[in-house]
Amino acid sequence: MGRIFIDLLRLNRQFAAGVVLLSLVTLFALLSFVSPYPPNDSYVVPPDLPPSWSNLMGTTSRGQDLFWLLTFAIRNTLLFGITVAVISRILALVIGLVAGYSGGLVDRALMSINDTFIVIPLFPILVLFYFVMKDHMSWGLLALMMACLGWAYDARLIRSVALSLRTREFTETGIFSGMSMRRILVEEHLPYVLPIVFSTTMNNINWSIGFEVTLSVLGFTDINTPTVGVLIYWANQHTALVAGIWWWIFFPVLLVILTFIGLFLLAVSMNEHIDPRSRLGRSEG
Amino acid sequence: MNAPVLEVSGLRAYYRTSAFGIRREVRAVDDVDLRIEAGEIYGLAGESSCGKTTLIKTIANAIQPPLEVLAGSVVFNFRDRRIDMHGASREELRDIRWKRLSYIMQGSMNVLNPVRRVRHAFVDFAFRHIGRSKAEFLDLVRAHLRRLHLEPDVLDAYPHQLSGGMRQRVTIALATVCRPEFIIADEPTTALDVVVQKGVLAMIHAVQRELGSSVIFVTHDMAVHANLTDRLGIMYGGRLVEEGRTADVFRRPRHPYTAHLIASLPRLGDAAPKEGLTGAPPNLADPPAGCRFHPRCPLASDICRREAPPMTELAAGHRAACFHSDRVSPP
Amino acid sequence: MSAPLLEVDGVTRVYSSGGLLTRRRVVAVEGVDLRLDEGKPEIVTVIGESGSGKTTLARMILNMVSPSAGAIRFRGTDLSAVRGTAARLAFMRQVQPIFQNPFEAFNPMKRVDRYLFATARHMAGLAAPADIEAAADRALRDVGLSLTEVRRRYPHELSGGQLQRVAIARALVSRPALLVADEPVSMIDASLRASIVNLLRGLCVRTGVSIIYITHDLATAYSVSDRIMIMRLGKVVESGPVRTVLDDPQHEYSRLLKSSVLSPEVPSNGAFFHA
Repeated sequence: MGRIFIDLLRLNRQFAAGVVLLSLVTLFALLSFVSPYPPNDSYVVPPDLPPSWSNLMGTTSRGQDLFWLLTFAIRNTLLFGITVAVISRILALVIGLVAGYSGGLVDRALMSINDTFIVIPLFPILVLFYFVMKDHMSWGLLALMMACLGWAYDARLIRSVALSLRTREFTETGIFSGMSMRRILVEEHLPYVLPIVFSTTMNNINWSIGFEVTLSVLGFTDINTPTVGVLIYWANQHTALVAGIWWWIFFPVLLVILTFIGLFLLAVSMNEHIDPRSRLGRSEG
Repeated sequence: MNAPVLEVSGLRAYYRTSAFGIRREVRAVDDVDLRIEAGEIYGLAGESSCGKTTLIKTIANAIQPPLEVLAGSVVFNFRDRRIDMHGASREELRDIRWKRLSYIMQGSMNVLNPVRRVRHAFVDFAFRHIGRSKAEFLDLVRAHLRRLHLEPDVLDAYPHQLSGGMRQRVTIALATVCRPEFIIADEPTTALDVVVQKGVLAMIHAVQRELGSSVIFVTHDMAVHANLTDRLGIMYGGRLVEEGRTADVFRRPRHPYTAHLIASLPRLGDAAPKEGLTGAPPNLADPPAGCRFHPRCPLASDICRREAPPMTELAAGHRAACFHSDRVSPP
Repeated sequence: MSAPLLEVDGVTRVYSSGGLLTRRRVVAVEGVDLRLDEGKPEIVTVIGESGSGKTTLARMILNMVSPSAGAIRFRGTDLSAVRGTAARLAFMRQVQPIFQNPFEAFNPMKRVDRYLFATARHMAGLAAPADIEAAADRALRDVGLSLTEVRRRYPHELSGGQLQRVAIARALVSRPALLVADEPVSMIDASLRASIVNLLRGLCVRTGVSIIYITHDLATAYSVSDRIMIMRLGKVVESGPVRTVLDDPQHEYSRLLKSSVLSPEVPSNGAFFHA
């Protein structure tokens, strides 16, 4: 595994660029643990100061140092994205693998549910969710909700791989060796599905962060925990752009763009990797 | 005396890869020399990973990385020109395709466009080379089909409407309509049923007799070689190990591998159990030193382990690469 | 008359495809009968070309596909009654497959000994690691290999012939009464085929396992089998003892098959194809 990673880094520029970007963002998020200012405290520094050596990214109208605030914001945003990704991958895997393997009625039932989830318009549902939950809204709840909405597309992808694997002879060998369905899915089929899962994870994180930022900017989430979207929300509340406090919008947006690009590059380069190793391995006389 | 239509000299072609944690050199074709005369059917036999597919690719100049030609040459002596396959320009190569050199491949689906009628395949491939009007060209094609005992209305069919055997025969007609001097046939009957195979082989035989072309017929099926080819070359581990007139090779093989190969083939009507070879073909990325067959050879001795035996002419037109060819017992 | 091991009784399998407006019926197998007896191990070859239905018949005998009409009974039990994990395992313990492509029969990403151990655990009901390894080793020795050669190997590290042997060994771990081999040597080099075919013959004689051997190759059928069944377009056109049928075929199709087989001998009269 390590060898593949190093080779990819060496040969695939996109992968290297993606890794570099994401490492920077992650490092930045980790700095939150050494922040001198707790995230929710306000008026700890003079407000509305432009970027300088003492405040690398300036300060907000609420008297918070933007640099340290952003470390918390990006950390929370990333955590949110990863949580959604993990939960929705598990859902997608279980449903996709079982549907592909079982076939027949089980497959049809699962895919009907799946397709329902695909056509649900996400944004209105999430807004509705906010209005129903109002004060009980929390990040965990939102993450769970998004995970429940984000598995359907990839479940179909996984199902199609599982379908093709089901007809391969080694699956029959497994059956005639007495292996249970669970064992076959986990030990025989999962390794084939994992590269796709990894690549879709990147996209999934992008998607959920995108939604989070959108909802937060519009105020449809818990606005007391700092995330990138919440930061922009507060900037808008204080009419930052009109007041000339451009750095309050600029730096969060910049950071989220870097994250997106990093994740995108990883996803795209992984797609290439899924095949070339086996392609090379197969080149014989 | 005419020059042979195909001259392969000292050909060495390897697959070299180095990325993603894999670094290797697969010696698929190692120092191969062979000559094919005008009007003869030359069979190339060998089992999996013997290098015959790579040899054909190199002869046809279908070379793509990681395949590299390291040494040697492939020269065609056609009636009007001499062409070095690896030195020729793209125009020259395009010129000879279908007119001088054509291919019959395994799996006709690679050639016939599934969404167009068969007629279009002929037009796409051959019209340019014939240089007549469309109507004359199609008449020519119909006459060609009739000579090969194919119904001309097959031109109006779609490929999926024809059976597998029929498609393969259409492919052969397509490959021969420009009357090529040299035909490369790569396992054309391998995927076909035995009854259909007989028809396709009969057609190849008839076409060859009519056009007087030379054919290099690649297959692992020794029975096909016995019944179709004039001369036979056996490949093992990337090298040519025996070559001669088919009748001579079958009657009196001079290489232990050939002898074993022939002896292990089942015959209808013969209930005696056959003996197979032990071991496995060599890994071309790491072949054994000396003679590549020595790990499985009952006649192997010290010199076989150290030196690669050269191809020596043992009888008229019969060569073999073995230090102990005199001790090979006839089947 | 001894008890039947396998009874295939007028079995038919029809596949229908198409949508609401057009439905196509493909009769893959039609009215096939076959009977193997207990205590009389034999090799029955089913010969046919593509589209003859031989693979569908094999899959029905393995209970992977159910017949549209007719019944298949193994040791008296109708296969349609084999339901539930316990019954299916019990059936698979006694009837095992060998597939055509040894490289596909094993997951390229996993080690091959894994399947041997799994079979020993689930099919032979062994629990102790020492017992499991002993059973795997015994099965491998039956096919001319050993556990030390095969341990921790991936499929691409073994040759086609070796892999097929491992596949046969795996099928033998639970000491089945019937093996269904679907073209077991067609993807193996000609020089290695003889040893696998001889191996199957030897297993039948030594361990008493009956084998249904599916192939399109008449020549190997002649030397390895006791009985033969020739199929064409889903129907059996001729069947009987192999020497009788192949030395003097009665049906027109059988004659056509026999005459199309090329012999690995250079014809002495020099006439190649009197088409």
